[in-house]
Amino acid sequence: MIELKNINKTFNVGKTKVEALKNINLNVSEGEIFGVIGFSGAGKSTLLRMINLLEKPTSGEVNVKGKNLLTLNERELRNVRKKIGIIFQQFNLLASRNVFDNVAEILRMNHVPKKEIGQKVEELLLLVGLEDKANQYPANLSGGQKQRVGIARALAMDPEILLCDEATSALDPQTTDSILELLLDINKKLGLTIVLITHEMDVIKKTCDRVAVMENGEVIEQGTVIDVFSNPLEATTKSFLRNLYDDTITEDMLVKLRESGHSYILRLAFRGESALDPVLNVISSRYSVITNIVHGSITYLKGTPLGILLVHISGDEANLKQAISYLKDAVYHVDVSLELDERHKEVLAQ
Amino acid sequence: MMERFDELLPLFSISLYETILMVAISLVIATIIGVPLGVLLVITRADHLAPNRWVFQLLNTVVNIIRSLPFIILMLAIIPFTELIVGTSIGIRGAIVPLIVYIAPFIARLVETALLEVDYGIIEAYRGMGASRGQIVTRIILREARSGILLCMTIALIGLIGATAMAGVIGAGGLGDLALRYGYQQWDLPVMFGTVIILIVLVQIIQSLGNYGAKKLKKTA
Ligand SMILES: Nc1ncnc2c1ncn2[C@@H]1O[C@H](COP(=O)(O)OP(=O)(O)OP(=O)(O)O)[C@@H](O)[C@H]1O
Ligand SMILES: [Mg+2]
Repeated sequence: MIELKNINKTFNVGKTKVEALKNINLNVSEGEIFGVIGFSGAGKSTLLRMINLLEKPTSGEVNVKGKNLLTLNERELRNVRKKIGIIFQQFNLLASRNVFDNVAEILRMNHVPKKEIGQKVEELLLLVGLEDKANQYPANLSGGQKQRVGIARALAMDPEILLCDEATSALDPQTTDSILELLLDINKKLGLTIVLITHEMDVIKKTCDRVAVMENGEVIEQGTVIDVFSNPLEATTKSFLRNLYDDTITEDMLVKLRESGHSYILRLAFRGESALDPVLNVISSRYSVITNIVHGSITYLKGTPLGILLVHISGDEANLKQAISYLKDAVYHVDVSLELDERHKEVLAQ
Repeated sequence: MMERFDELLPLFSISLYETILMVAISLVIATIIGVPLGVLLVITRADHLAPNRWVFQLLNTVVNIIRSLPFIILMLAIIPFTELIVGTSIGIRGAIVPLIVYIAPFIARLVETALLEVDYGIIEAYRGMGASRGQIVTRIILREARSGILLCMTIALIGLIGATAMAGVIGAGGLGDLALRYGYQQWDLPVMFGTVIILIVLVQIIQSLGNYGAKKLKKTA
């Protein structure tokens, strides 16, 4: 559906060059919700704006539905854009028009007959739950309601893709959830492909199928949400995830590790139904290792549970090896090599 | 003053009519020139709809130059140009050309300021939805800024009335001419004060109407 190939973008600010995007390669499939997460200034907005060419790449290729957008003329590009909706953190509604006209204006620009416009807008306002607000002006709406108008407007031209630039960042947690649910709903009902950017893992976890993590203009990690959440590789990804579940190793664990001879700290990720399997009981009885849960949490990824356990296991070396290999088969992901920082090593060395 | 009422009434009403005529004609033409210039001053900026450094710099400079001249000097300085356009540099016809040259850049500058108030995010939103630049200018930017534009036009109109009064110097007729000939040259105080009062009332009415209209247009709630 969307393919970004070797995208680079350099901004010239006075004499200095800002490399906002470096060699980006991304594919978004039809019907999925693709998330991009990164800290402020990572290049997320710039990346999103590549997809409808609001920002032109310095080099690289942007393909949407098999069309290379960079080869299109102004009119062809406008026609492609009509099928790509976009919503913003700041809503960007017309202050001088009421809710109805905010949604209707883009239809009028495209010469849709008046009667059809009336029907379409009514339908859209019903979809976003604002059927009773058609005559209100944006100034009288709450943030969540404004974003609903933004969504209705973005859907007016029956787009196949919806781009969301921090669509919930200006909203409180409850409102955020209701907007995310609306996005999930239209993704399902209309089969819309959604690309959303955010700086909150919580948003990714509730809505996305796949995720890309950005840092300093680069995509440093990408994959299915479940893979990235169960086995994050990059420090930035881990720090984003720490807001959802804190799996930092405490000194307490390290002391245990030091005291109990042969032992490991394992990070186990369970998904779906297996989150309920009693694997720890199995290994302790079958391989006579001692297990000790030092941290446990369950996160729901688009409704599917992902369990994260930090387990300290000790026993004799051969048994430990067997236990770990059993775990590797039984659970979604096992991480034996939790990295230790200097502070941890100091504790261990005591 | 009362005993001169019959004498003064036609004098004032003709002058008022002449002033309104000059103001109306030059305002209409200056708006037709000034608003598009104001739009260009906005959309040719870097990172706007139609970035063009040369057009922007040229317009910006020309507007600045004209805006730095007081009307009375501008009017005299462009006499050859006025004669070229309307064939005379005196009377109402001779006054309208410098009035337009004076007020059009003023309108351009005011409109520019009003249009810059429209958040670029809104423009981006419609660009992203495939609207053309023309549609964005006419249906989004000008429309969103219409209340501000009306206030600008009010200010321009009042400025124009002031300039029209000065055009009395070239015998353009109107209230300025009246004040100059009777009030100043013959030291006819009733005429002088009458003119002052008419001008004050006129400006008050225009400003109030402008404010009222702008408030109506701004209706966002
Ligand atoms: N039009 C521009 N001109 C110059 N530099 C720009 C421009 N747009 C973005 N940048 C720079 O590119 C980098 C990436 O910006 P971008 O807005 O894409 O980041 P972001 O990840 O969306 O951040 P945020 O979370 O704050 O919105 C930043 O260093 C920014 O200063
Ligand atoms: Mg951004």
